[in-house]
Amino acid sequence: MIWIDSLIQGILLGGLYALFAAGLSLVFGIMRLVNLAHGDLIVFSAYITLAFVSLLGLHPFLAAFVAAPMMFGIGWLLQRLVLNRVLGPDILPPLLVTFGLSIVLQNALLETWSADSRRLSVGTLETSSLSLGPITVGVLPVMTFITAILVIVVLNQISFKTELGRAFRATSDDPVTAQLMGIRPNSIFATAMGLAMVIAVIAALYLGIRANFDPSIGPTRLIYAFEAVIIGGLGSLWGTLLGGIIIGVAQTIGATINPEWQILAGHIAFLVVISIKPRGLMPRAFD
Amino acid sequence: MSLLTTQNLTAYYGDFQALFGVNIELNACETIAIIGANGAGKTTLMRSISGVLRNATNSVLFEGSEIGAKESDAVMRDGIAMVPEGRKLFPSLNVKENLLIGTYGRKVKGYWTLEAIYDLFPILQEKAEAPATSLSGGQQQMVAIGRALISNPKVLLCDEISLGLAPVVIKDIYAAFPRIKASGASVIVVEQDIAQALKVADRVYCMMEGRVTLSGKPSDLTREEIQDAYFGRITK
Repeated sequence: MIWIDSLIQGILLGGLYALFAAGLSLVFGIMRLVNLAHGDLIVFSAYITLAFVSLLGLHPFLAAFVAAPMMFGIGWLLQRLVLNRVLGPDILPPLLVTFGLSIVLQNALLETWSADSRRLSVGTLETSSLSLGPITVGVLPVMTFITAILVIVVLNQISFKTELGRAFRATSDDPVTAQLMGIRPNSIFATAMGLAMVIAVIAALYLGIRANFDPSIGPTRLIYAFEAVIIGGLGSLWGTLLGGIIIGVAQTIGATINPEWQILAGHIAFLVVISIKPRGLMPRAFD
Repeated sequence: MSLLTTQNLTAYYGDFQALFGVNIELNACETIAIIGANGAGKTTLMRSISGVLRNATNSVLFEGSEIGAKESDAVMRDGIAMVPEGRKLFPSLNVKENLLIGTYGRKVKGYWTLEAIYDLFPILQEKAEAPATSLSGGQQQMVAIGRALISNPKVLLCDEISLGLAPVVIKDIYAAFPRIKASGASVIVVEQDIAQALKVADRVYCMMEGRVTLSGKPSDLTREEIQDAYFGRITK
């Protein structure tokens, strides 16, 4: 029974990793930008949400609603003012800039909020649980998982059912031709980054409720997100969820065998998948 | 008054000069053809007009305003739509989505709608849900033309639309031109197939090594004149 329990907990944990990774996957899919600051932007979103909680006395879920449009704007400006300038045939400049941004963000957070670990408190919801037959699951992990699925469904709806989504995909295929068809790639990229930051707020909300956060945890969260994106198949959001689940399950099963193995098991699962399917589990049909 | 003119247009790829003072003129409701051998500068001319290559602002005039330095998306929204060389369809989009992308930046009501495009090329309706790159070369070219037309452009630029297609397919595609002209669009076709160009165009410009070497109505030009301008045997 403990194995089924580990499996279920791992799948639910995968939802959180998928939330970390969805914004990364979206941005990579559209503009081939590997955002090394994504983890720090999630932590930054958590602090912004926390600020609304402590300044305005809002419930964290409500605070996230306020933080989301703000982070959309920050993402939009970041892309417009900084990242669009470094995107190009050379992949190194955006990597360097986002790496630098990661360091700047960590230090700015440290200056502003100190190194104390913080959390977002939602009262009894944090500890309440559901009994599913012999298994007991936490309400919060279930909510996290459902939210991850909702985020992916909404992103896919945007991508495949709206005019904006068509422009996303066309720009991803061929920015020069897309521009020839009247699309401004730079503003498409800015919108995509804004959307990724909205997802970062959602990820930050569940991250902050589930565990403590401090200014330095961004990069370690980013590693799981990267692994989820890569073993899922670059650019595929369902693949990202699947990748997140695999990492999550490997971690909880590893932890069940021996608590020391939790992190290692996730990374081993990543290496195994990538050596069997180098392009990930759900790769795009072409590239 | 002419709809679109280039005035002493020069264009460069880095230090390499590709166009040397090109002057062409397109009148409203007119079709002109640009012919010339490989490397004559035809595609560079198209890229300069459409804004992929940006040049001196006064080197291209469209409806009286200077657009030589505008970016391609702004030029497209002004009403100059391009059928690019090699078709350049979006592989992630199906046929219908490829067509609709033409309406993203420029929403102008006019003759051309999705239905009108399907009516012009019925096969596209049949294949609407198919990935664009699964179509045959000729069908892909139809998608590329439809994608440009659907924005109801004032000027349609067609770059080498017969390239790599079988003669019978080329005939099918050019069969659409009378309707495109009748819809009120002015057209610039770039062609290596001289016979096809002379058939479809009201006027022809022949280019060689980045310069216009000959221009005139097809009926006024002799085969020898065109050959000389095309291959550079200038005898005058």
